[in-house]
Amino acid sequence: MNVAAASSRVFARAPSVLPGFGLTLGLTLTWTSLIVILPLAALFWRASGLGFGGFVDLASDARVVSALRLSFVAAIIGAAFNAAAGLLIAWVLVRYDFAGKRLVDAMIDLPFALPTAVSGLALAALYAPNGWLGAPLAQLGIKIAFTPAGVVVACMFIGLPFVVRQVQPVLADLDRSLEEAAATLGASRTQTIVRVIFPAILPALLTGFALAFARGVGEYGSIIFIAGNLPFTSEIAPLLIIIRLEEFNYQGATAIAVLMLLMSFAVLLAVNLLQSWSRRRTGGGRHA
Amino acid sequence: MRIASSVTGESALVKYLLIGLALIWLAGFLLLPLIVVFVEALRQGVGAYLTALVHDDALAAMRLTLLVSAIAVPANLVFGLVASWSIAKFRFRGRNFLITIIDIPFSVSPVISGLVFVLLFGAQGVFGAFLVSQKIQIIFAVPGIVLATIFVTFPFVARQLIPLMQAQGIDEEEAALSLGASGFRTFCLVTLPNIKWALFYGVLLCNARAMGEFGAVSVVSGHIRGLTNTMPLHVEILYNEYNFVAAFATASLLALLALVTLGLKTLLERRGGRDVKI
Repeated sequence: MNVAAASSRVFARAPSVLPGFGLTLGLTLTWTSLIVILPLAALFWRASGLGFGGFVDLASDARVVSALRLSFVAAIIGAAFNAAAGLLIAWVLVRYDFAGKRLVDAMIDLPFALPTAVSGLALAALYAPNGWLGAPLAQLGIKIAFTPAGVVVACMFIGLPFVVRQVQPVLADLDRSLEEAAATLGASRTQTIVRVIFPAILPALLTGFALAFARGVGEYGSIIFIAGNLPFTSEIAPLLIIIRLEEFNYQGATAIAVLMLLMSFAVLLAVNLLQSWSRRRTGGGRHA
Repeated sequence: MRIASSVTGESALVKYLLIGLALIWLAGFLLLPLIVVFVEALRQGVGAYLTALVHDDALAAMRLTLLVSAIAVPANLVFGLVASWSIAKFRFRGRNFLITIIDIPFSVSPVISGLVFVLLFGAQGVFGAFLVSQKIQIIFAVPGIVLATIFVTFPFVARQLIPLMQAQGIDEEEAALSLGASGFRTFCLVTLPNIKWALFYGVLLCNARAMGEFGAVSVVSGHIRGLTNTMPLHVEILYNEYNFVAAFATASLLALLALVTLGLKTLLERRGGRDVKI
């Protein structure tokens, strides 16, 4: 197998007695190239065909800008709520015992497990003006469904597990003797939390925030049912890609997709830097 | 211990306040959406619920969803095993880069995951003219749905196995090989039993996503009833037609799938202990 032989040479590996390196790496590279690299290359190839001027024109279209702005701002606000609520929930799950704790812990992953179309449907039903939460909120004069606030609510739903699952293990591994030392040295409980515990979990919290944000920016299924999808008001960027595709405007769709990809790669890079920063600080080799 | 916890803990009042806040948040944001699905589905009684589920279009959507996941999950299972063997058991240049590439589908918007296949195989796509001349249809047909699903579930199995197999090292495999076992026998009798829980876990999450994927599949499907409609797409169509009971009935099946997935996941985590990475 040519690919196998070539991959063995190119990826100069340390010697090992285990068999199958060439074959498995060859298959991995072939399959990864076909499924991941080729399709993404098609996207960037298509975008390069637009030329820089054409790309800027498509990207600076008012409707595109407003959709991208909504996706990013809603994702940031949603992730901020997730960071606060996720920190609280992780703290409660790690530090306190209460009835039904295991069930609650298992429930945290619900937004991961629930298909996005189902979450979208459920959120729309809950927050509609006649819904269980929508009706009381409407009496207070707050409209969630079919407004930009609905996008934020959907981001708050889908992003929560990212923060909890990042913070929870770090909080559980935290050495209690540090807190005892702080208390012995005369720190109040608040001082201990703010100056000893919080700095230790900050990298995990920021990672969780970034992951929740990235998910919110790209999210489609759980948002479109509750958002109302009014152009310039509650239309998110992924939906605009679909609308452009339905108009057979492949260039427009490509330009939005490339912009979103570049921005989420930037977020991913930030996450990796955060994680190496936290590894340097804690000196541990934790897998992210 | 009592003394230690009094200086490193909070007063009972603060503690119960925090627990209460957390539970209220979770009830409002996680539990209510789950409950509303079942309540809306059963709004007009069990009869209407069951009628909606045995409708021809609903059954066709279920069949397609099962078919897609029956192709995508084994494909990613085999890929995950092959990739983790080469990446975790050997050291070579570019290993971390390869892991990053495999993880890409996680950070790509589902809509973009569908778009890239339209750009490749659509009528105006890179291979569009060729496919039209050969009368092969990928986009707006089942192959496109399968491809998009494989793309979005690509990292699930591999990312569970790679860190675990890296941590386990190669000592046991070396021992088996030095005692005369063949490479394949070593893999089946030594490696596989060591990774079985993580493998189940990866397959479980992969299947949940494959059956529930909406955005990517929505772009490539064309929404042809009875032909290219998966269950999540069927939910959307019914909802847009104001057929709420049927929409929520189909959604309730997907919600049940999610609950079963969560239950099994919790069991596996208890079983596999720290082997399974969250």
